[in-house]
Amino acid sequence: MTDIGLGHYLTLGAVIFTIGIVGIFLNRKNIIVILMSIELILLAVNVNFVAFSIFLNDLSGQIFTLFILTVAAAEAAIGLAIIVVYYRNSSTIDVEKINSLKG
Amino acid sequence: MDNLNFISAEIFISLSIMFLLTLGVFKKNSSNLIHNLSIGILLITGILILNNPFDKNISLFTGSYVIDYLSSYMKILTILGGAFVLSISTKYLKLFKIFLMEYPILILCSILGMMVMISSNDLMVFYVGLELQSLALYVLASFNRNQLKSSEAGLKYFVLSALSSGLLLYGCSLIYGFSGSTNFNVIGDTMNSINYGLTFGIVFILVGLAFKISAVPFHMWAPDVYEGSPTPVTLFFAIVPKVAALTVFIRFLYVPFLSMIEQWQPILIFLSIASMIFGAVAAIGQNNLKRLVAYSSIGHIGYALAGVSIGTNEGIQSSIVYISIYLVMNLGLFSCLFMMKRDEQYFEKIDDLSGLSKNHPVLSLSLLIILFSLAGIPPLAGFFAKFYIFKSVIEQSMYFLAIVGLLSTVIAAFYYLKIIKVIYFDDQKEKYDTDHSIWLRISLTFSTLLILLYFIFPSKLVEIVSKINII
Repeated sequence: MTDIGLGHYLTLGAVIFTIGIVGIFLNRKNIIVILMSIELILLAVNVNFVAFSIFLNDLSGQIFTLFILTVAAAEAAIGLAIIVVYYRNSSTIDVEKINSLKG
Repeated sequence: MDNLNFISAEIFISLSIMFLLTLGVFKKNSSNLIHNLSIGILLITGILILNNPFDKNISLFTGSYVIDYLSSYMKILTILGGAFVLSISTKYLKLFKIFLMEYPILILCSILGMMVMISSNDLMVFYVGLELQSLALYVLASFNRNQLKSSEAGLKYFVLSALSSGLLLYGCSLIYGFSGSTNFNVIGDTMNSINYGLTFGIVFILVGLAFKISAVPFHMWAPDVYEGSPTPVTLFFAIVPKVAALTVFIRFLYVPFLSMIEQWQPILIFLSIASMIFGAVAAIGQNNLKRLVAYSSIGHIGYALAGVSIGTNEGIQSSIVYISIYLVMNLGLFSCLFMMKRDEQYFEKIDDLSGLSKNHPVLSLSLLIILFSLAGIPPLAGFFAKFYIFKSVIEQSMYFLAIVGLLSTVIAAFYYLKIIKVIYFDDQKEKYDTDHSIWLRISLTFSTLLILLYFIFPSKLVEIVSKINII
């Protein structure tokens, strides 16, 4: 068994982060998936911060993580509210049909 | 115990937000009262900021919050922008039946976030301020919630802005990991060699910030959001967040990472050149004035970034002068846009301006002055703004940047002059209403006179700004 070091955590963070970014750009169906991808990105950052914080023996990384968690919750709430408002007006949340602003 | 007197402005504005929220809940039909109160609150906040000692660098909360000349100046600019937006938006909001008490409170929230951003000297404080302003801006963009366009603008802005904060946060985590601290000064002190982790972190943070100020290639949200949002919100988007984000650009690049200038300078030069060219070329085919403003603001941000990319105090000062004059010019342009109203309907197409000079000579004259100034024609203020930028760029012998800047000014002049041609030489249409509110008249007169008479006292603004020494 090899020890799990900082590199492993950073790789995990980078992989989750990439999945999140790719999820935003490849997804052509549903806005909820974009919302989930944004959460993934923020969680990847949290993994990074906690790993760095442990390996640097410094608490401020974990405090930063708490801030990110709080903000992510607020962001999800506002995002869902905006999606509901949009759905009332257009009765669809299909990504491909969001195109009334163009030019 | 830190001296909390220095952040009395922030404390006052946050307490007022809570007070206004409570008032709005318990008092019926209070939107007018809250609207007026929040303008007053912004003015008092401005006075509280002016009350701080200007010539000292005060750092609070173990160095994570800085009150210095740069932060005070930019905060005053932000607050002035916010107060003007609030005061001229009343009529538009009433017409669209969105004159709600939440609107001024959201604007106050985002201004509070920007003030925190401007003063931040720590990645954590900076992030919290940034999120406070963007969360309020998401809601503002979709404020006209019964209209498809506005809610779509809010949705697009939310998705792209959340993505950009994600990128920015990833950069923060890398910088924290490779330098061991989130404080700007500590990061700058501990950095001993060029480190690829830090470079990656800087790149990610620059991408996130470029999203916020809509620099090319991260501009794609700007035209859609500007067009879809209610016009007062578009005005707010066009001027106020850019001031705050530009300050963060300056502070983030010059406080911790000045010694890594070889790493970030090419990125900034690229952002600046791309924005200048794109802003000039893409606006040519536009017919919607709000969309046109979006493209022109992309171009103007390119010039401001050119000043930041130089790496000297003169560069920063020229870019701050640029953003100040840009704020005044956009305020004037939008005041004209608010005056294009007939039969309970606002017009925002270039065609609607056709023959305006026959019906409204004064309005067209001020529009002419503002557009000439945006194009950078002497002796108006916009010319001086561009002149300072080019002067400091050429002093550092960055001739390529200067040449691209000049060429894109020429291209951009085309679409400004096209609007002037439509106003003065096309067939006239029906008259617009002339019962404008007093605040609208004041802001248009104020901005036009400032642009027109700037050349009489050009050294005043430069004198104020030249006290900003960040390096």
